[in-house]
Amino acid sequence: MSDHEYVPKSKAGKWFNDRLPLLTLGAHLTDYPTPKNLNYWWTFGGILTFCLITQIVTGIVLAMHYVAHADLAFASVEHIMRDVNYGWLIRYIHSNGASMFFLAVYIHIFRSLFYGSYKSPREVIWIIGLMIYLLMMAAAFMGYVLPWGQMSFWGATVITNLFSAIPLVGESITTWLWGAYSVDNPTLNRFFSLHYLIPFLILGLVVLHIWALHVPGNNNPVGIDIKKPSKDTVPFHPYITIKDAFALLVFMIIFAGFVFFTPNVLGHSDNYIPANPLVTPAHIVPEWYLLPFYAILRSVPDKLGGVILMFSAIFILFVLPWLDTSKVRSAVFRPIYRQFFWILVIDVLMLGYVGAMPAEGIYLILARVGTVYYFLHFIVVMPVVGYLEKTDPVPMSISEPVLTGGAEASLARKVNDKV
Amino acid sequence: MIKFNIKLLVLSFLLLISLRPLQSAEMVDPIKVNWSFKGLTGTFDRASLQRGFQVYKEVCASCHSMQYLSYRNLGEPGGPEFSEQEVKAIAASFEIEDGPDSQGEMFTRPGKPSDKFKNPYPNVQAATAANGGAYPPDMSVLVKARKGGANYIYSVLVGYEDPPPGVTLDDGVYYNKYMAGNKIKMPNNLMDGLVEYADGTQSTVDQMAKDVTTFLAWAAEPELEERHRTGVKVIIYLILLTTLVYLSMKKIWSRIDTEV
Repeated sequence: MSDHEYVPKSKAGKWFNDRLPLLTLGAHLTDYPTPKNLNYWWTFGGILTFCLITQIVTGIVLAMHYVAHADLAFASVEHIMRDVNYGWLIRYIHSNGASMFFLAVYIHIFRSLFYGSYKSPREVIWIIGLMIYLLMMAAAFMGYVLPWGQMSFWGATVITNLFSAIPLVGESITTWLWGAYSVDNPTLNRFFSLHYLIPFLILGLVVLHIWALHVPGNNNPVGIDIKKPSKDTVPFHPYITIKDAFALLVFMIIFAGFVFFTPNVLGHSDNYIPANPLVTPAHIVPEWYLLPFYAILRSVPDKLGGVILMFSAIFILFVLPWLDTSKVRSAVFRPIYRQFFWILVIDVLMLGYVGAMPAEGIYLILARVGTVYYFLHFIVVMPVVGYLEKTDPVPMSISEPVLTGGAEASLARKVNDKV
Repeated sequence: MIKFNIKLLVLSFLLLISLRPLQSAEMVDPIKVNWSFKGLTGTFDRASLQRGFQVYKEVCASCHSMQYLSYRNLGEPGGPEFSEQEVKAIAASFEIEDGPDSQGEMFTRPGKPSDKFKNPYPNVQAATAANGGAYPPDMSVLVKARKGGANYIYSVLVGYEDPPPGVTLDDGVYYNKYMAGNKIKMPNNLMDGLVEYADGTQSTVDQMAKDVTTFLAWAAEPELEERHRTGVKVIIYLILLTTLVYLSMKKIWSRIDTEV
């Protein structure tokens, strides 16, 4: 937190600030001491905030024209695409925005994994982040149902049917979720309601996420605790704001590329076929960002087992801060963990790939290998490597990467190379 | 050592992805056509759209609906761009059911530009029953609803063949090289000289298939031209703004000793 007490200059400002210290909060946010060595992987927090706001704004406009009814939903989406002024633009921003949101969140999560941002004292930031991620998945899934195309309908059928795997009460729970005896109009209606609600829950959690971040302050590529404010920090504004703005603009160029030139490449063509409960698509696949979990789900021959494993794949991340036994945060100084980190990245990409393929032959084998490795990484590799690994020397501060006398120059170079 | 391992892993991953085409062996890849609407600045061929509408109206429309289009769309920018009179005439050539009137009776009247395209059948069941149990899909977004898009639609239109030896077809089922499963209930409706193009273009099967596919591509994405135009402007604007922000960032960070 800011050290110096903020005092508004104007009398009115002081009067107001004494009653509600909004100006103090503003001053805290602009002065917030931030490590000066943050690299571009740290710009995704700002990018994610942009994504959330974009989804909320475009979503509110879409909701003004969309009709959540099984007989009218598909037609209302076409109405948006054809008759609403710039409806096509708003809808394509919203649908591609979901993908861009997940792209950014995955980079953000893997950034955290690489630099140990989930470790003490930032466990609560990490856990709130995971809750945001869970809500994002729920919102994205329900949003994909709303156009009421074939993939909407059958995706909803597959995912809601997962709950029927729960022993004894599974069937009743599924019926309760549907509000009917199959995915039908009541399901669509409640999904729309929840799809509108969840982004605001996410917004609330984002406030907590940032609040929790501002208690210990940012982690940084070197992963060491720094004194704040000091030579190692810069004020958030203008240094980080301008850097975030630059990264955001680059991100927006990619975003615009999708929206204007290949708006449907990330979706599935079957979703332009109106939902038909009597015709099952040849392959039911979720959106790309859920594919790794879909692969884990299908890698188990038993339905309940698959469901448990899929949810475990997410929930294991909640205990990650306590599975990692290493004293050193940043993988820059962890030669062994660093390799396992990249193997995990490849593993998750592979799971995503086989998730899009039919669950048979080589793909099923790969899915099983990938699933086993995914869990091994967290349950075995993280505690054991953290315990056994001989880490590289860690610098004392960002400005002076000096440890003990001697290898100063080489160490400094090493840090610069990797950071 | 580390770098090498990672590269190896990435390479094997890419190799894995390149195996992908193997899994769809039963289907022939659609013919790749060099459509005028492809690419970042692609636009529709106006004359082809108008001819395509003619093929749709004279051939496809007897079975396929296009329920999300209105006659007025035919005169809008980025589409076939028929003149206002032509659009009115096209609309008026259809008898549209309207009502109920003040007596509670339904009545028919000549179509207006604001009317939706007239459906050939009163409902899906009637369409299915009249077509041997296969519903002729609505064509409003058909190009977006098929993997391969315009290439696929075009390929199916020209992909009718005699079945290979050993393949027996039921009555009312036809063999098509590009259709999933190779069996299609739509007969081969295009034959050379079937329609008489107003602009004198030879109506070969290939020409009609291309024209009607172009028309369907526009119907599925009537915003395509505007989208491409706006997209180019947006990207140029963003690149300029990014450059300015980059320079500002460099300037601001030059106040301290850290690289940005």
